[in-house]
Amino acid sequence: MALPQAKQDATDARLAALTMPSGGAWITQTREAARARLADMGLPGRRDEYWRWTNPATLNAPEAGTAALHAGESEMLFGEHDRLTLVFTDGVLDTAKSDDLALEGVEIETLESAGAADIHWARDVYGQLEAVGQSPVARPFAVLNTAYATSGLVIRATGKAAKPIHIHHARSEAGADTMVRLAVRVESGAELTILEDGPAAARMNMVMEVDVASTGAFHHVRAQGRAPERRAITHVFARLGQESTFKSFTLTANGALTRNEAVIEFTGDDAAAHVAGACLGDGKDFHHDDTVFVTHGAERCESRQVFKKVLRNGATGIFQGKILVREGAQKTDGYQISQSLLLDEDSTFLAKPELEIYADDVVCSHGSTSGAIDEEGKFYLRSRGIPEDEATDLMTIAFIAEAIEEIEDSSLGEQMLARLEDWLARRRGD
Amino acid sequence: MLDIKNLHVKLEEEDKAILKGLDLTVETGKVHAIMGPNGSGKSTLSYVLSGRDGYEVTDGSAQLEGEDILELEPEERAAAGLFLAFQYPVEIPGVGNMTFLRTAYNAQQKARGKPEISAAEFLKLIREKAAELQIDADMLKRPVNMGFSGGEKKRNEILQMAVLQPKMCILDETDSGLDVDAMRLVADGVNKLRDAGRSFLVITHYQRLLDHIVPDVVHIMSNGRIVKTGGPDLALEVEKNGYAEFLEDA
Ligand SMILES: Nc1ncnc2c1ncn2[C@@H]1O[C@H](COP(=O)(O)OP(=O)(O)O)[C@@H](O)[C@H]1O
Ligand SMILES: [Mg+2]
Repeated sequence: MALPQAKQDATDARLAALTMPSGGAWITQTREAARARLADMGLPGRRDEYWRWTNPATLNAPEAGTAALHAGESEMLFGEHDRLTLVFTDGVLDTAKSDDLALEGVEIETLESAGAADIHWARDVYGQLEAVGQSPVARPFAVLNTAYATSGLVIRATGKAAKPIHIHHARSEAGADTMVRLAVRVESGAELTILEDGPAAARMNMVMEVDVASTGAFHHVRAQGRAPERRAITHVFARLGQESTFKSFTLTANGALTRNEAVIEFTGDDAAAHVAGACLGDGKDFHHDDTVFVTHGAERCESRQVFKKVLRNGATGIFQGKILVREGAQKTDGYQISQSLLLDEDSTFLAKPELEIYADDVVCSHGSTSGAIDEEGKFYLRSRGIPEDEATDLMTIAFIAEAIEEIEDSSLGEQMLARLEDWLARRRGD
Repeated sequence: MLDIKNLHVKLEEEDKAILKGLDLTVETGKVHAIMGPNGSGKSTLSYVLSGRDGYEVTDGSAQLEGEDILELEPEERAAAGLFLAFQYPVEIPGVGNMTFLRTAYNAQQKARGKPEISAAEFLKLIREKAAELQIDADMLKRPVNMGFSGGEKKRNEILQMAVLQPKMCILDETDSGLDVDAMRLVADGVNKLRDAGRSFLVITHYQRLLDHIVPDVVHIMSNGRIVKTGGPDLALEVEKNGYAEFLEDA
């Protein structure tokens, strides 16, 4: 089927600017297949229903643009945690700044090294979860990443990881345009936590595939770059085996454009997946999009989506979230909430919560709200001596805390909260 | 302490006058009570004094220790020593009671140019005050007024007062919804705060609270004005005969 001309042109222009990295047989096959899939589907355009509210033009463009470097932007989070730190600078593993790729309970390899082999376990994950996640909705930027990601990690947890893996996305130049890939397999009974932070790039395309085998557990806590001009398109694909756990939380403060897609599929019974996000946007140049798709294909699984957005001075927030319950996925427990706190009338929140259910014995709920600060509550706080801006901030933190509480490790939650408080305090000017 | 002269207040949104030339002076160290039927404007008076939106002062003045307070922000009034125990305390989801109180305490310290209190010191302070009001640790941890019973909300108001140590305390129907034991707790809490430097304005519909918090002066309010002022006996008179004889035609 021929693509519309505009889409064809945009796709051709983008691909012309990219070179497929070289590698061994398995990865070359995967990449070439991805490139063929991309040629068929094309990059997204404004006409695509799935991109109705987020303009993909700057993500499509052959040139990334720039995002000014800021002093102190590389300051790391998670400093108080015992962790394995791996630094990517401009999208490439920076071995000089990173710990050794050695962690008890986990095998870590660079994508380059895994890709150089002719055969590798990662072939069952890399590009595979992504490919499954293309139906029923296409996710072309993830396909692009499968075909062209130059750098990344393949990680296999075989036991309980001795400590979290912290991936810090640093950058050395304002024009960095990166494509980073993580392929993760959590074996049966194994446990792994991945932390992410850092300024990343002017434009970042990040894909993480996580295959969690039965009774495995995976946790992900991420804080995205704070450069106001940076753009990011990220995908998390998760496949959950029986009685497995997957939890992912993202904090986004600033950035011109962020679209975080999470695509979760339950393939084994009695598993649980939680995806949460807290987002803080200030100014009309802020656009944040959370797009989530959860497919229940097994019995008695629990999914939770908790997304909170604080928007001010003309910022825009988007939520598209879907729970699909397949035939036979009985006793599914699906929950989805997306809320925004609009601190002024210039800010916008658009939400499309969806349920599609083909099983009869399920509990699914979804809710989406958009509101202002409660004036009664604010007056009560002020009447006790709390200045207006501080009262607003207290209520803002209270609003967003529900998303942060989704993080299982409370000390990680506190760090996210601290960053949030810092963001608010800076805007108060104290 | 508090001087209100010829206060006229209307609703901002509609042309409805509520306070119609109210005069009231509360001396330092004294306890004044305001009694009056529902709808006479008692809560409006307390809100206007504490700076709530939605009202327009069309005439008159209100001074706290000689300072005009009507132009001040609510938080500035609090820092100046004014405190209102709300008739309907507000629930604030997600904001912990303890965090709220410490933030308020420190904000007032800061406004007065005094040092902030540490978390540990504050914990000690609040534990002591909470115990006196039989407020348990759980209530301190919960979000402000969330899931509190009517009585717990009122006790929480008095706890805030005890911690913040204001100079001018306005209690708006703090007795409503309280059983006898809870009323005694609240009254004890208030009586403990009575001293030569602190004044109270106790708004109540019923006389019974005034058995426990014995006022120096009692005012009757009707249709937006103080219509009679007397000693504690006035409250007993109201209790016996009702408000009818004091009421003005609206
Ligand atoms: N925000 C408001 N909107 C409409 N009417 C109001 C408002 N606030 C007060 N009123 C009216 O003003 C009058 C006085 O109310 P209030 O001060 O609550 O009296 P009290 O506390 O003595 O019972 C009542 O008639 C009440 O209905
Ligand atoms: Mg009232």
